[in-house]
Amino acid sequence: MFKKDISAGAKSKVKSSVQRAIRTKIVETYPLLAPHIDEIIPKKSQLDLLKLPDRVSLYALDNTPLFWQHMDDPIIPHLRVIHQFPQCFPRIGIDRGAIRFVLSGATLMAPGLTSAGGRLPDEGGQLKEGDIAVIEAEGKEEACLVGQLRMGTEDIKEKKKGVVMDTGHYLGDGLWKLNID
Amino acid sequence: MAETTQAEAAPTEPQARHVIYCGVCTLPPEYCEFGGTAKKCKEWLEKTHPDMHERLYSEEAITASLSTLSVDAQKRAEKDAKKKEAKAAAAESREKEAREQAMVYIKRVERNKRKYVTAVSGLEAHGMDLKKVAKEFGKKFATGSSVTKTASGGEEIVVQGDNSDDIFDWVVDVGGVPEDNVECIEDKKKKSAG
Repeated sequence: MFKKDISAGAKSKVKSSVQRAIRTKIVETYPLLAPHIDEIIPKKSQLDLLKLPDRVSLYALDNTPLFWQHMDDPIIPHLRVIHQFPQCFPRIGIDRGAIRFVLSGATLMAPGLTSAGGRLPDEGGQLKEGDIAVIEAEGKEEACLVGQLRMGTEDIKEKKKGVVMDTGHYLGDGLWKLNID
Repeated sequence: MAETTQAEAAPTEPQARHVIYCGVCTLPPEYCEFGGTAKKCKEWLEKTHPDMHERLYSEEAITASLSTLSVDAQKRAEKDAKKKEAKAAAAESREKEAREQAMVYIKRVERNKRKYVTAVSGLEAHGMDLKKVAKEFGKKFATGSSVTKTASGGEEIVVQGDNSDDIFDWVVDVGGVPEDNVECIEDKKKKSAG
């Protein structure tokens, strides 16, 4: 989604009522984040809304991007936020061979997850199509990709083929490099 | 009073992990090898975070990470990495060259006998955001300053009043453009009917 370098459009302040709505929406989407939400977006803070190309809106606080949203899709955290609270998001892992493709912006395919190095949730924590998932890499501590799943984890295990995530935010992409001031 | 607030703040406070990011490629250091500037990143890490460097680039870590890949895939990855590195280096040198050659023109245009406007073009090649610079000029000189499209398709900053000398100084000092790359031009409008 952010393969090219992007530049931010107009920056505007978010109404406090809208900001409250965003907060509840985030907590709803990521229940595990609830105890930390005050740390990410303090109650009395002033969020900024930046318009990015392709109808993406980016929420930033004090010039640090926090969350982005494509139209009315679920709100997705910026990777730096994920690095700060990795345990709060549903995570799956890819094998080493897939890293370099992911970091150059390729779509994530199922074999990267089903092979020996990949990691998919067990019975309890299955993810559905459309869920937001954080992708971690084999042998690495930090997450490298976040986005919306195109295929449920159960399906991935079964089929072992096809696109898993095609539009996401990965390390070193336009959103990662975006400089707002 | 101060004590109570402190006690309350303590548990809620620092839960965010502090992650170190590479100063060269901005990725977390463990991903530097995929960034195309692996060598520079390694040097940077060694200098600024020696402990982390040791952990990431130790013999064991490297062999462990390599052993999980098949020989074939390793070779391909290596080739890919080399290509990427060369590409990054080429892009960097090209950019540097372009920057060295790019000229900034400060043009004084006569508007009305003793009134002038100053048009500045070529700043975007030196990595400046025209809109922001225009705003800056407007504030600095307390005049109107705007980004306008030129006939040739580019964009330039038009500042009201004759500020060419001040702008020259600003471009050299704040903008960091070498003095040789800045040129002042005087442009007199010829009026057919006086």
